[in-house]
Amino acid sequence: MTAIPSPFAYAPAPESVRPVLKASYGLFIGGKFVDPKSGKSFQTINPATEEPIAEVADAGAADVARAVDAARKAFPKWSKTKPAERAKLLFRIARRIQERSRELAVLESMNGGKPIKESRDEDLPLVVQHFFHHAGWCDKLPYAFAGAQPKPVGVCGQIIPWNFPLMMAAWKLAPALACGNTCVLKPAETTPLTALMLAEILQECGLPDGVVNIVTGGPDAGRAITALAGSGVDKIAFTGSTEVGKAIAKAVAGTGVKLTLELGGKSPNIVFADAALDQAVEGVVSGIWFNQGHVCCAGSRLFVEESAHDDFVARLERRMQQLRVGDPLDKNTDVGAINSKAQLETINRYLKAGSAEGAHKHEVSCPLPKKGFWCRPTIFTGVQPSHTIAREEIFGPVVSVMTFRTPEEAVQRANNTTYGLSAGVWTEKAARALEMSNRLGAGVVWLNTFNRFDASAPFGGYKESGFGREGGRQGLSAYLKVGGGR
Amino acid sequence: MSPSGSTRVEVAKTLKLYVNGAFPRSESGRTIPVKDARKCIVAHASHASRKDLRDAVEAANAAQLKWGAATAYNRGQVIYRIAEMLEARRAEFIALIASIEGRSKADATREVDHAIDRCVCFAGWTDKIASVLGGKQPVAGPYFVFSMPEPMGTVAIVVPDERPLLAMVSLLLPVISAGNAAIVIAPMTNAPLAVAFGEALATSDVPAGVVNILTGLRAELCPWIASHRDIAGVCGARLSALDAKTLELGAAENLKRVCLFHDAPKFDDDAFWHSPFAIAPFVETKTVWHPSAL
Repeated sequence: MTAIPSPFAYAPAPESVRPVLKASYGLFIGGKFVDPKSGKSFQTINPATEEPIAEVADAGAADVARAVDAARKAFPKWSKTKPAERAKLLFRIARRIQERSRELAVLESMNGGKPIKESRDEDLPLVVQHFFHHAGWCDKLPYAFAGAQPKPVGVCGQIIPWNFPLMMAAWKLAPALACGNTCVLKPAETTPLTALMLAEILQECGLPDGVVNIVTGGPDAGRAITALAGSGVDKIAFTGSTEVGKAIAKAVAGTGVKLTLELGGKSPNIVFADAALDQAVEGVVSGIWFNQGHVCCAGSRLFVEESAHDDFVARLERRMQQLRVGDPLDKNTDVGAINSKAQLETINRYLKAGSAEGAHKHEVSCPLPKKGFWCRPTIFTGVQPSHTIAREEIFGPVVSVMTFRTPEEAVQRANNTTYGLSAGVWTEKAARALEMSNRLGAGVVWLNTFNRFDASAPFGGYKESGFGREGGRQGLSAYLKVGGGR
Repeated sequence: MSPSGSTRVEVAKTLKLYVNGAFPRSESGRTIPVKDARKCIVAHASHASRKDLRDAVEAANAAQLKWGAATAYNRGQVIYRIAEMLEARRAEFIALIASIEGRSKADATREVDHAIDRCVCFAGWTDKIASVLGGKQPVAGPYFVFSMPEPMGTVAIVVPDERPLLAMVSLLLPVISAGNAAIVIAPMTNAPLAVAFGEALATSDVPAGVVNILTGLRAELCPWIASHRDIAGVCGARLSALDAKTLELGAAENLKRVCLFHDAPKFDDDAFWHSPFAIAPFVETKTVWHPSAL
């Protein structure tokens, strides 16, 4: 690519704050950082530079058992703590995270590769809001489930992904704690650091020992948690791939353990010809290139009304070429680093498949950094519903464009998937937007917007995108015994 | 079955399945004898097969589209009509429970009355579920956001043996009041009761296919229910640990929603079985966002 900088190019604007980190972290069990019994540890890296950031413990089955034990011991007292007192602790945690937001945002971008403007302006505010919102629920649960005398479930095993590391930790911990449960949280293998910093915050805030335990490690540590379902663990909450979600559902079958799963997606984003096209372009951009496309609800299938297709794709491509790909810690960066080498390889396989199966590839033409894991934002046009890139979750910055002629066809094609996490609709006709929202089989429908989240708004999927909701009153039932259902 | 002496010969009812609004025999041609409390064979019930289940799923999924899209007010009236039809056949239900299960008339009467009254309760739930389980969300931004319960599709309901009418009604009503279609696996032990219930439904304005009743063996049908990819949810209560595990394991294949009411109280507990928390496991919450601006 050309080396001549444009006179209008942005100068680098690096974020200057650096979090204070330890060289190595143990497991957070019973309120203390302890060495793993496994004796194992691993380096966690910055995916934008491939350089190590810190050493992290790799929990084995004995470590997980120890964490579950600590959570078990903490449960009787925590579940009987006066709800208003629990609330005060959660409010305090929310405030402390708010104070340390910048540091956490930088660490999130360093460890996960996401642009600082997203970790700073999207992730951290939502993390804080999640604790603040749920703090207020602690002493209001009997009103939320009137007549049902809701009770905490017990020890929650929570396994979270690498795409929104701290936000997922907050989505799991805040409602669980508000409902009086104790937790064993396993962050993703590639992004453990913000959860460990959160552990320090929980210590600082005086959360009783053992109420939250954080075990870092890989898939084996996750399996060790699900293996204790019914014998120490009373509830499993998992966010991640549909494949792993199914394996967990099988592991939990017959144990009587409560299960919620927030899994994959292949979400449709539907643009009608009567939409405000430039707004729709912005929505499609945020729908697929937010967080490098590492978003379970990403709008990865773009359906454009046939009459508007050429115009819309031209606008979208022009806009895509403006995206700045590069250093996650640069405040101007729009698209950061791919989270890991393994994920980059997965995305590259799909890029190859897209071209091999006959779709037409358009990609950003900017230079990419030499080190680290990078993927150009990509549009595929001429995609058929049978193509691999139209059916499977890529979890990268790749959108597949297809067309439709009638609203019925749009509904039918959008719903023709085993997933059902989210859907987007762009039209200036209110009646059409509302009827589309009725007909789309998805847990979240964004009308003339996309990728919006809020602690008060339930999030979760239909069909093979999982079950259970996170956020709002509806999300609380994932962490309560309400009557007899699960 | 045939009375002695000169009295007339009773016309015995052929017990059939209830699928898509019709009363077919099992395609397998199989039957199982039904015995009364004195161990006398009183009838032969259709013994539903995997193919009968598949036929029922097809009918249910087709019917659910309309039932789910019907107004909640309309669904409420249909469910009230079920109560009317059950009331009309009250004596028949009481007699079937008493004779086949060997229970006292008073006990049978209590169960039947409870079942009818539960229908009336749920007739009133249909147009209130969304008010209680959904609502507008106060998000921190200029968006109008609402969450609403939606039906999930077809739900298979596995009914336990004890107090089968009340069990059937208690598990069925939450499912259909929310707009789902149902396939009820009714116990063979009182198949005549399940058949009579199907006949009451057939005359209740319940659209064909919305409720399908298969008399069959749980252990035989549970694996097929669990693995069928066009069944969205599984409902049951008081099942054996083996049946529960079979259902949960198979359901993991396509992530069916399974609610087996492990911790629920007995069916005569109105505080739970009349509550929206019996309905909640069979709805999906959909959250819809739209920007709000002048």
